[in-house]
Amino acid sequence: MKSASQPGKPAFLMLISGLALLLSGCSGQWGWYVVNPTTTSGMNNLQFLLSGLVNTVLLSLTAICLSIVAGLLIALPGLSSHRPLRGVNFCYVELVRAVPILVLILWVYYGLPQIADVSISVFWAGVIALALSDSAFEAEIFRAGIQSINRGQYEAAQSISLNYRDTMRFVILPQAIKRILPALGNQLVYMLKMSSLVSVIGMQELTRKANELVVTEYRPLEIYTILVLEYLALILLVSAGVRWLERRLQTDERH
Amino acid sequence: MRAQQLPPAISIRGVCKFFGSFQALKDVSLEVYPGERVVVCGPSGSGKSTLIRCINQLEKHESGDIRAAGVALTGGSDSLRRIRAKIGMVFQQFNLFPHLTVMDNLTLGPMRARNMPREQAETLARNYLERVKIPEQAGKYPRQLSGGQQQRVAIARSLCMEPEIMLFDEPTSALDPEMINEVLEVMTELAESRMTMVVVTHEMGFARRVADKMVFMDHGEIVETAPPETFFHHPSSQRCKDFLRQILTH
Repeated sequence: MKSASQPGKPAFLMLISGLALLLSGCSGQWGWYVVNPTTTSGMNNLQFLLSGLVNTVLLSLTAICLSIVAGLLIALPGLSSHRPLRGVNFCYVELVRAVPILVLILWVYYGLPQIADVSISVFWAGVIALALSDSAFEAEIFRAGIQSINRGQYEAAQSISLNYRDTMRFVILPQAIKRILPALGNQLVYMLKMSSLVSVIGMQELTRKANELVVTEYRPLEIYTILVLEYLALILLVSAGVRWLERRLQTDERH
Repeated sequence: MRAQQLPPAISIRGVCKFFGSFQALKDVSLEVYPGERVVVCGPSGSGKSTLIRCINQLEKHESGDIRAAGVALTGGSDSLRRIRAKIGMVFQQFNLFPHLTVMDNLTLGPMRARNMPREQAETLARNYLERVKIPEQAGKYPRQLSGGQQQRVAIARSLCMEPEIMLFDEPTSALDPEMINEVLEVMTELAESRMTMVVVTHEMGFARRVADKMVFMDHGEIVETAPPETFFHHPSSQRCKDFLRQILTH
């Protein structure tokens, strides 16, 4: 089954080869020696750049997991028939959505320890800020997904005497999650990109590593180009993974 | 022949239901005795579906009393849940769970609402699949079945809760004509087993065969209640005569 969202292969190949041509050093401005894997220093630099990968992935995955759970918990009162509960959902979403992520990162890292009297590591400050910021969006995604499920499904669940929790867990959420999976995948991509902002508080992830190398090597063009490619590879991989998961979940119902 | 001295399985007294300013049910009263098969008919928009949806409280009535399976339908969601366990409901649109296999559709209620272990629930489910004549479809997903088969699965799903009362809300209205009979057949067998049933339907042949009592509704009111022989041959109200003429001649 070929879906319409599949990008055309020829277009993709042209893009890659064009990019390769650009990066191959045909212009005199480039100095690829700085990351040339055949020299010792180039290899060391390359390894240094890649060493941020684990933290970027760890940071993003932890944050997305937390934000999905938080988002679901915030979405549920938004679907309630009680006005005050919907109010809680509305206020949370509106407030959190209004704060820029960078500001939230700075506030959580420098501000939160002062009022809460705890010391937060760079990693957890980043996770908290990213998850908090993303949870508002996740909440809206979940709300839309759950609302898209036909009322008859709730009625059928009620008619076989399921309680609210079981209705959500066994009937509504499995169907809703299938529908919102593309949106959740988007959020993960978004999260991977936004994790670069955590470099400002000193998190040793991809962007921070690149910044540090630029300071010592003074080749921003090549080093940031590598950084771009690192994010590109990571995100293409994630997108492919999400598409695979989507297909798998769909075939579950068809066979 | 029926034990009418038993307390009614369903007792509806003076029930009113509004949707906004539209009054869907106007002071409706009806009693259904254990083992009785009641068929509710009437033009669309007459409140038949609303009436049976009030019986298991998928719709909340504004005034009047409804008692079902010996319990008054008021109060918290917990008592409501216990009552719903005793009342099966079959919907016009089947409302099967599309992400679950037929077997899982059937065992979900017994396992989660009746705390039955899986093996016991599966035995029960196979038993009822047998009764609706599709034991071989247990592993399939609803969308792989025909409409008639889906509705029979939906009936089996309700029966797996081993209810005292079964409600049918236009169970054959969404089906292609050639599939109506297989569903009616299953319902007829259920009626013969003395299940207490309230059926909203336009299938007058079925009504004639199985009903103990016919109820005709129009504009939110019960206009006529009669045994089928009286109902079909000597209806007392003009509205009922008009309705029957329309529905029986085409």
